[in-house]
Amino acid sequence: MIGFLIRRFLQALVVTFIVTIVTFILLHLLPGGPIRALLGPRATPQQIAHYNVLYGYNRPLVVQYWKWIIQLLHGNLGYSVKLNETVAYGITQALPKTIVLIGLGTVVSLIFGIPLGIYQAVKRYTVGDYVLTGISFIGYATPTFFIGVLLIDWFAVSLHIFPTEAPQGNTVAQVLSQPLGLVLPVLTYAFLGYAGWSRYMRSSVMDNLVQDYVRTARAKGASERRVLWGHIFRNSLITIVTLLGLSLPALVGGAVIVEDVFNYPGMGLLFFNAAQNYDFQMLLGVTLIGTIATILGNLLADIGYAALDPRVRYN
Amino acid sequence: MAITPPSSIDPTRESLAPADLEAPIDSSAGQIAGKSRSMLRRGWEVFAENKLALVGLGLVLFMILFSFVGPLIYHTNQVNTNLTDYLCKPSGAHLLGCNDVGYDELGRLMLGGQASLEVGVAAALLATLIGTIYGAFSGFIGGVGDSIMMRIVDAGLSIPYLFVLIILSVIFHPDPLVMIVIIAVFYWLGVARLVRGETLTLRTREYVQAVKVVGGSRARAISRHVVPNAIGTIIVQATFAVADSILILAGLGFLGFGIQPPSTDWGTMLSNGTNYVQGGYWWLIYPPGICIILTVVAFNFIGDALRDAFETRLQRR
Repeated sequence: MIGFLIRRFLQALVVTFIVTIVTFILLHLLPGGPIRALLGPRATPQQIAHYNVLYGYNRPLVVQYWKWIIQLLHGNLGYSVKLNETVAYGITQALPKTIVLIGLGTVVSLIFGIPLGIYQAVKRYTVGDYVLTGISFIGYATPTFFIGVLLIDWFAVSLHIFPTEAPQGNTVAQVLSQPLGLVLPVLTYAFLGYAGWSRYMRSSVMDNLVQDYVRTARAKGASERRVLWGHIFRNSLITIVTLLGLSLPALVGGAVIVEDVFNYPGMGLLFFNAAQNYDFQMLLGVTLIGTIATILGNLLADIGYAALDPRVRYN
Repeated sequence: MAITPPSSIDPTRESLAPADLEAPIDSSAGQIAGKSRSMLRRGWEVFAENKLALVGLGLVLFMILFSFVGPLIYHTNQVNTNLTDYLCKPSGAHLLGCNDVGYDELGRLMLGGQASLEVGVAAALLATLIGTIYGAFSGFIGGVGDSIMMRIVDAGLSIPYLFVLIILSVIFHPDPLVMIVIIAVFYWLGVARLVRGETLTLRTREYVQAVKVVGGSRARAISRHVVPNAIGTIIVQATFAVADSILILAGLGFLGFGIQPPSTDWGTMLSNGTNYVQGGYWWLIYPPGICIILTVVAFNFIGDALRDAFETRLQRR
């Protein structure tokens, strides 16, 4: 197990290294370069040249990368001239709020997705199953921002139940102190995941219902409830942990859209604004942190998988 | 999910389980033509038995006709803006009203449909092509080369992909061709991983080994034996890729990185319409939204049915 962890950790390091290179090269393709973006379209070539030298953007790409990575290892993510704050500050402000959004959204989608998926498998090919299947197909096919806008239109503009905007504020506590504002963003986010989880649970439970261990449990006289929750449900959970880890990049991506729809001050909005402003350092920082979070999530999912499933032994 | 994960990791779409791979879809490359035809026919029968698949196929055909033939019947000016028609209500002259610069909304839907369908299909094909070649090669060579190639895929899949898409759309001016490449650049990763998995089981087969024995090249073994035997998975994946690409394009359109005016796509239209959500301008919001949902659902239905069709033997158990 320790050996597996070390190997897996080294792999994660290599992947992170590749990601830093790819992001760095990508961002250097930005039109006009970072200084043009900073000084605006009316900057003279002399000014641009001057600032390029000042910030070191005239150096070879390898040198720039080297300097960046050394700074990174010292914990310095860079400075966003657009926002006039350090990248690290912007991220530490935004990241916890995104974690709140993703966490709540995922929990809600699981709370609905798992029981309804099990229900569908047990009552398969009935009206209820077909209706829920229809809902998940539509949920799957609807663009996230469309769901968000419809929810705003119905529940905020027409019915005045919830505010149109997500909670604003610098700290997580401030955000959490306005639970009403969180409802629509979290629901939008949860709907995004619901389709996936319920479909997965339905097919997983249907597969498991014909397995030998289920027949054994029934033969021993276990009640149907016990078979379902004590045996099948617990077996399906193992895979859900893995799927959670694997779906992290999509979850973070979904946050960009949801945060943009509801103007929620998280990582997604930070990234979106940075992209519109060609905020070079901020883009680099947010992408890097988002990626590392994803890799860590995958790592945790792997470990969780090994811890949950007694059959899995890593040697 | 509006912005969807690569289908390989998508819980809604269980791909072929390893056990199913034990019996290849076509028994071997040397099969007789008659048998092949009956396999195809049986596959089609399974496909046609699935009502949802036929609905999906019908919807896709309708959308294609609507987008590409529709403008020949329903003539509208989609080049010059006309501010006297600003947000006009649906009427005899404009069946679905007009948008905020006076373009006829129904005609615009057709134009947007062209872009969405073209980009969706082309991006899916490109991604599937790259992913198949990469994945098959990686799985076939095995060893260190395979490890390196797969770590690159891992790295790509670890970057929250909307980040990459946004960066790419900022770098390049987003016209349809660029959007196709941008979406494919991200999407091939999932395909590569899937095809590589298939290849790992296929490359140990006798008929693949036999190619080596008789002195055939690696490329021949991959192109003539590995890929044809994995074609079921690849086609199913490509179908889902079309649906995902259309959704990704819509998401980018919302973020303002979609296809630029005077051209348009459904996502950009919908996003534009959402600015008017509070004024009761339903014709700017629901039609493009419904077009996206119907098309994506249709491709998902087809993909589901194709998977069943390719697993014909499973049906007969």
